[in-house]
Amino acid sequence: MVNFYAILKKELGSYFKSPIAYMVIAVFSVISGYFFYSLFALFGVMSVQSMNNPNMQSALNITEEVVGPAFSTMSILVLFMTPFLTMRLFSEEKKSGTIEMLMTFPIKDIEIIMGKFGACFLTFLVMLTPTLFYQAILFILGKPELGPVISGYIGIILLGASFISLGILISTMTENQIIAAVVTFGALLLFWIIQWGASFTGPVFAKVLIQLSIIEHYQEFARGVIDTNDVIFYGLFAFFFLFLTMRSLESKKWRG
Amino acid sequence: MIEVENLTKYYGNIPAIEDITFTAEKGEILGFLGPNGAGKTTTMRILSCFMPATRGTARVAGYDVFKNSMEVRKRIGYQPENVPIYRDMSVSAYLNFVAQVRGIDRRERKTKIGKAMDECGITGVSGKLIGKLSKGYRQRVGIAQALVHDPEVLILDEPTIGLDPRQIHGMRDLIKNLGGQRTIILSTHILPEVSMTCQRVVIINEGRLIAVDTPDNLMARLQKGTKILAEIEGPPDDIMKELKGVSGVTNIEKKDAKSDNTFTYLIDSTIDRDIRKELFAAVSKNGWLLTEIRQIDMSLEDIFLKLVTEEKD
Ligand SMILES: Nc1ncnc2c1ncn2[C@@H]1O[C@H](COP(=O)(O)OP(=O)(O)OP(=O)(O)O)[C@@H](O)[C@H]1O
Ligand SMILES: [Mg+2]
Repeated sequence: MVNFYAILKKELGSYFKSPIAYMVIAVFSVISGYFFYSLFALFGVMSVQSMNNPNMQSALNITEEVVGPAFSTMSILVLFMTPFLTMRLFSEEKKSGTIEMLMTFPIKDIEIIMGKFGACFLTFLVMLTPTLFYQAILFILGKPELGPVISGYIGIILLGASFISLGILISTMTENQIIAAVVTFGALLLFWIIQWGASFTGPVFAKVLIQLSIIEHYQEFARGVIDTNDVIFYGLFAFFFLFLTMRSLESKKWRG
Repeated sequence: MIEVENLTKYYGNIPAIEDITFTAEKGEILGFLGPNGAGKTTTMRILSCFMPATRGTARVAGYDVFKNSMEVRKRIGYQPENVPIYRDMSVSAYLNFVAQVRGIDRRERKTKIGKAMDECGITGVSGKLIGKLSKGYRQRVGIAQALVHDPEVLILDEPTIGLDPRQIHGMRDLIKNLGGQRTIILSTHILPEVSMTCQRVVIINEGRLIAVDTPDNLMARLQKGTKILAEIEGPPDDIMKELKGVSGVTNIEKKDAKSDNTFTYLIDSTIDRDIRKELFAAVSKNGWLLTEIRQIDMSLEDIFLKLVTEEKD
């Protein structure tokens, strides 16, 4: 536990000593802010129109028109941003040779991996915090339901944790941070669009593809439904890639 | 303390080290000597549990580096080649991190870090970022990091490379002071360093063990192939011919002229006996004048070169 904490602290330190974390957080806040603003502004325009049109009034709902779409766009932003958070985790240590120190300290590989995962995850949470302000504004100006907001955050947090676990695995495979980021992004995108194949494969395989799709499982959260199936999917996804990360570190030792 | 037996490491199909066997006793400073690419770093990486060997065993304090890697890692301090450390951390933050992962109790951390910084003379730069330190100071941080938990065994890969002469001197004193209680293995290509700091030397070349001995023994062992320097007044050609006939002389070389008729000669002999008397007799028999004659002690450098080239023959 001491070791986990030591790694966590060191990693958090280097996130916030380098400009990368600040840039990622800044870009995320600006773009997600813009999304919220435009969704909300659109909703405002529609509300004004609906006042003149009594038929529309009942259909208009801030939760469905703003909160849901905001979480959907947030997931896309997370897809773009997490590779930049994970790319340095092991690549940097490999490049600078500090991995040689790290691996010869009396700490377990799992402690190293979880320490790095934890630091990246916390940074990811910090990145999400500005959106809380946007949500607060919605609550001040309108009356959205609280349930979908909470489930949406649970969804995005699970999504982020899964993305990070895949990113960590890839950063153990190269000492080049750019390559780590590009490959992570590609792999995540593949998991994102994998269900497209469902339309032209057999029914069984289609089911598998849809189950594998990292974004299919997210839709329900954005709609305000927490399904244990989806939670288990993200849990397994993260576990699987963290496990592969461990194997990858071990095999590095074997190959020298 | 350290037992290495038939250690072999292949990178792909290429052997980096083959059948390396040596031991180091408790409290001993062992020098690891070899030219570039000899396999020093490879051996040290195996000893420090960074990577496993292809074949053979290595034990530190009785624990196998592969089977009991955690126990070994607890007992060693390791400074890898080129001193990789986190450049964005301050010296004290870095040592604090190392102390933490080394399992030093929170209450003891401060004193132990202070002691390590004192020993390495880096107390004055404790607040600085490591990336902003000079190479020599970074090297010291690397050693402080290896020392902080007071390990039984220290493994230092080229601890003096890239230091200025004064710093090298300081580093050697530091290492000598660290020895005694601890077993130290250090690698170097600098030969005088070995005779100055180490009690025993392991010489490797192209992945193979060439010799394991004390510096003195190594010199003595090779002294039998002594060189003799003689300054003789007389006709050089005759002298060369005459001296070649003396038993035990294998080679003779005319060196620089002292005056018209006086030259220095470098005489190689193989036989394990002093041939200066015979040389003197041969010179005086011909009525030439011997103005100087002495044995040249082979430096460790000569021995090293000789060993490395002998191996090739
Ligand atoms: N990761 C690696 N992959 C493939 N070959 C390697 C690797 N590391 C070292 N080698 C090879 O193994 C041999 C021994 O290298 P090693 O680094 O142990 O030498 P060294 O004695 O430390 O040399 P130097 O004095 O230059 O540091 C060399 O021929 C080197 O090219
Ligand atoms: Mg080396």
